Amino acid sequence: MRIKTLLAASAAVSAFAMIGTAAAQDLTQTIQERDELNCGVSTGLAGFSNPDSEGNWTGLDVDVCKAVAAAVLGDDDAVSYTPLTAQQRFTALQAGEVDILSRNTTWTLTRDTSLGLHFAGVTFYDGQGFMVPADIEVDSALDLDGASVCVQPGTTTELNLADYFRANDMEFEPVVIEQLEEVNAAYFSGRCDVYTTDRSGLASIRATVADNPSDHVILPETISKEPLGPAVRQGNDQFLNIVKWVVFALVEAEELGVNSENLDEMMDSENPGIQRLLGVSPGMGEHLGLDESWAYDVIAAVGNYGEIFDRNVGPDTAVGLDRGVNDLWTNGGIMYAMPVR
Amino acid sequence: MTVETHPHRAPIPKGRWLYDARVRSVLYQTLLVVILVAVGWYLISNLLVNLERQNIATGYGFLDREAGFEISESLISYGAADSYGRAFIVGLLNTFQVAILGIVLATILGTLVGIMRLSSNWLLAKVSAVYVEIMRNIPLLLQLFIWYAIITVSMPSPRAALQPFTGLVLSNRGIQMAVPAADPIHPWMWAGLLIGIGLAIGIKIWAKRRQDATGQPFPVALTAAGVIIGLPLAIWVLGGAPTEMSIPELQGFNFRGGRTISPEFAAVLFGLTFYTAAFIAEIVRAGILAVSYGQTEAAAALGLRSNMIMRLVVLPQALRIIIPPTTSQYLNLAKNSSLAVAVGYPDLVSVGNTTLNQTGQAIEAISIFMAVYLSISLSISAFMNWYNKHIALVER
Amino acid sequence: MTDQSASNAPVQSALQGKLRPPAVSLSILGWLRANLFNNWYNSVITLVLLWLLYVLIPPIFQWLVSDAVWWAAPPEVCRAAGGACWAFIHEKARLILFGLYPYDEQWRPALSVMLLLGLIGASLNRFFWNAWLIAAWIVGGTIIGCLMAGGVLGLPPVETSRWGGLPLTLGLATIGLAVAFPVGIVLALARRSTMPAIRTVSIVYIELIRGVPLITILFMSSIIIPLFLPTGVGIDRVLRAQIGMIMFASAYLAEVVRGGLQAIPGGQYEAADSLGLGYWQKMRLIVLPQALKISIPPIVNTFIGFFKDTSLVIIIGLFDLVGAAKSALTDPSWRGFYKEAYFFIAVIYFIFCYFMSWYSQYLERTLNRDVRR
Repeated sequence: MRIKTLLAASAAVSAFAMIGTAAAQDLTQTIQERDELNCGVSTGLAGFSNPDSEGNWTGLDVDVCKAVAAAVLGDDDAVSYTPLTAQQRFTALQAGEVDILSRNTTWTLTRDTSLGLHFAGVTFYDGQGFMVPADIEVDSALDLDGASVCVQPGTTTELNLADYFRANDMEFEPVVIEQLEEVNAAYFSGRCDVYTTDRSGLASIRATVADNPSDHVILPETISKEPLGPAVRQGNDQFLNIVKWVVFALVEAEELGVNSENLDEMMDSENPGIQRLLGVSPGMGEHLGLDESWAYDVIAAVGNYGEIFDRNVGPDTAVGLDRGVNDLWTNGGIMYAMPVR
Repeated sequence: MTVETHPHRAPIPKGRWLYDARVRSVLYQTLLVVILVAVGWYLISNLLVNLERQNIATGYGFLDREAGFEISESLISYGAADSYGRAFIVGLLNTFQVAILGIVLATILGTLVGIMRLSSNWLLAKVSAVYVEIMRNIPLLLQLFIWYAIITVSMPSPRAALQPFTGLVLSNRGIQMAVPAADPIHPWMWAGLLIGIGLAIGIKIWAKRRQDATGQPFPVALTAAGVIIGLPLAIWVLGGAPTEMSIPELQGFNFRGGRTISPEFAAVLFGLTFYTAAFIAEIVRAGILAVSYGQTEAAAALGLRSNMIMRLVVLPQALRIIIPPTTSQYLNLAKNSSLAVAVGYPDLVSVGNTTLNQTGQAIEAISIFMAVYLSISLSISAFMNWYNKHIALVER
Repeated sequence: MTDQSASNAPVQSALQGKLRPPAVSLSILGWLRANLFNNWYNSVITLVLLWLLYVLIPPIFQWLVSDAVWWAAPPEVCRAAGGACWAFIHEKARLILFGLYPYDEQWRPALSVMLLLGLIGASLNRFFWNAWLIAAWIVGGTIIGCLMAGGVLGLPPVETSRWGGLPLTLGLATIGLAVAFPVGIVLALARRSTMPAIRTVSIVYIELIRGVPLITILFMSSIIIPLFLPTGVGIDRVLRAQIGMIMFASAYLAEVVRGGLQAIPGGQYEAADSLGLGYWQKMRLIVLPQALKISIPPIVNTFIGFFKDTSLVIIIGLFDLVGAAKSALTDPSWRGFYKEAYFFIAVIYFIFCYFMSWYSQYLERTLNRDVRR
């Protein structure tokens, strides 16, 4: 080893150590400089985030990412998807590996505070349910005393399950497996009597994994509230606002009857609400720090909330869910957008 | 080892002090320490900034909070109302359970296969060789998946369970066996067993001393077995010989009663045992082959029978070669038990993962894993080193 | 243990060379008698084993070969046939071998695997062991990297999250070992260094890594490393797993190499010193060549173990060979063919590992020609 190399090495080390933290800028600018949105999705849940056979990501959670990319970058294809297990999802977001976590994740107080995240809204109101094979002739979750239950670890599902059985003074044997494929295999091979997760997930699994979907029954009880939505890191207020209002814009567009088909006609609409949303009367985009056409780009890319729902999980899809509580508040659901003004 | 001492060192010319070995040595070490400190400081400061900026909670306080999740099998009482700390202990005990059982079974099976590979019976040797090659060349994780699939997919549901005889039930919920129903005499029987083992060790020491002094061999194995089995048996008879059995019976979804070996536990145990046994077999074979054949011939010349030759001459010498690599296999087995997470056996890593997900305390959870496995590794090493010293050849 | 030599041992020396070879080694019957039925308990063992093989082998053969569906067919045909369903492998081979890599671009990982195997094949031949080989590896590695990642020469870019199957398994293993091996040698030398600080650092590192399961190291690399980096600086997931694997393998290789170093007699060091060689010359020209030669079997064992250990990345969500096979099993119309899927990848692993251990024995034989008596 020569002296020069030593000196060079030590110089390099000190330079390396002296790199301070760069001046803090909001994530929005970082994403725009990178010209790509990093989006954390699930490893494969039909209807929410699932790679098709070509390897393209589709689903409701994926469309939320596309909508945000359309608003921030004007291009809904400028998204890089990172499949995350239940276990990796929060650390990946905390560590900046992804900008936004859109992965059927439940909004809870603990997650909103101590994990350093902020939930930006609700894209799907869900609740936990139970699925059993039709031939065991159980018609209520209260008959499940002593059953073996398949559940994924590290989810609110696991905690609700324990709570529910404790509250009703029943026993159960949890079968806890990290990998979604393994849990599915365990349930369908009969290792467990019951499968529990969010009802939308049950429907999705029943539709896509079961040999014969009618062999499995989803029990009527809903044992928890599972508001699913996208989450972002704390400390990026502008980006948080953008994600929040992109979600509201999707619902607002449906309320106003704006969809991807009639978007261009709606640009000439006399309705001031539509004019504000689509940037015909400027201001909204400026407040968010985006182009005035932000909402226009979003709806052009993915449609309004109703379209996203129907395309991915609606009655005509394999998952086959009704709108139910996810319908607009004007139609008896609880989807309600804060006013865009 | 070389020690770079130069008692008659030539004086270093001026300006060439950098080429003095001692100066260089100090320089290199200082440089290394500086680099390490700089890198460490850089990483830690990043961590602190990240935690601070994102409001992530830190510290081990979460261990006292209610866990809220159930664990499927536990050696101590545990419910969802217990704390995360207790959940960790449950996981740790499960790890110990599978690792200790695995070590015992793998040692027995491995020794057997190792001796079989040396058998003069060509077929037996070949069959064992094939077993070893197959086990060694397929990843353990894949083997665990295969075992788990075999147990859960090919076994029938509880309603159609296989019952070869009353008291043994095979289904995709695991293996259920009848066990004696709980009785106040059982703890005393365990105590009797422990005392029996103590007595057996005492007898062995006494017999060895007597043989050294008088040359009279004493049937240690038989007596020891008699004492170890006899004492608990005697206590059981004194306690009124309770014969009531707890038999697994189908109630609702699952069998109740008896002792259950869950599919997850079985998959992990079988996987670890069969995999590690293959490695131990190779070690045993090499150890026996390393004892020179002259030893066997000499023993035969003294008129010892072949099983005595094995027991008194070959094995004691082979053990010295066998023990160190076997130790590292035990360590591997203990560490590999962490793969249980893949098939859902609630070992330390599996419970820790769940905790990590519920609380988001990644650094704390993983530091607990590391601390626990390091302690296990260091204790096994320390024990084996002591044992190694204990049986080492005394050079005269 | 046999005692057949005891009977004729005393006479042997007296009649050396005058005896005809005993008849047992000449006829089939004689061979059977000597190797299967040489005493009563061996005969019993032989019969029991033959019975067991008779019970086990035909059904297995039937399942694997004669009842199997060997051609591409819909799953219903398979379920009717009752044997192994190799049609499933037909259907899913590309998914198992290449994971989620874009379907139209799968010639790229295929070519990469060929290149990699070619490079490995060339490295196995001692004729090529020179500086050109290192150059070939650097060039080959670059080509493979460009092929897999794309973004150059008009190849569409493919993110690492889409990499999977065999290229990922092989890549993690070869790149891991290629980097871990020199690191391991440096660690081993550091552990035997006379400088206390360097020695301590090396000991602490090696023992820390060897004391914990690979899973925890992978968790650390996948979950914790990002927290230690400044915001906005991210390391790719596959690369993070690779770093974890390298850290793990280097500690184990260091111990193996250290074992080899300890076996080199001190006279070699002293001889090198007396020739006036510096430390690095001494190590490079005298000590390491001998130490590495002695350590070949344990090094190859470490390699094999490491190759098998790459399967653990499935736990941190990468799709290696095992992971890809499991995802192939999730297709509802093909569910339940786990035996075929596991058998298929088990065979792939077996071939690679078995070949490695065979090569290590071959290498030992050829390298020890000079010392064989």
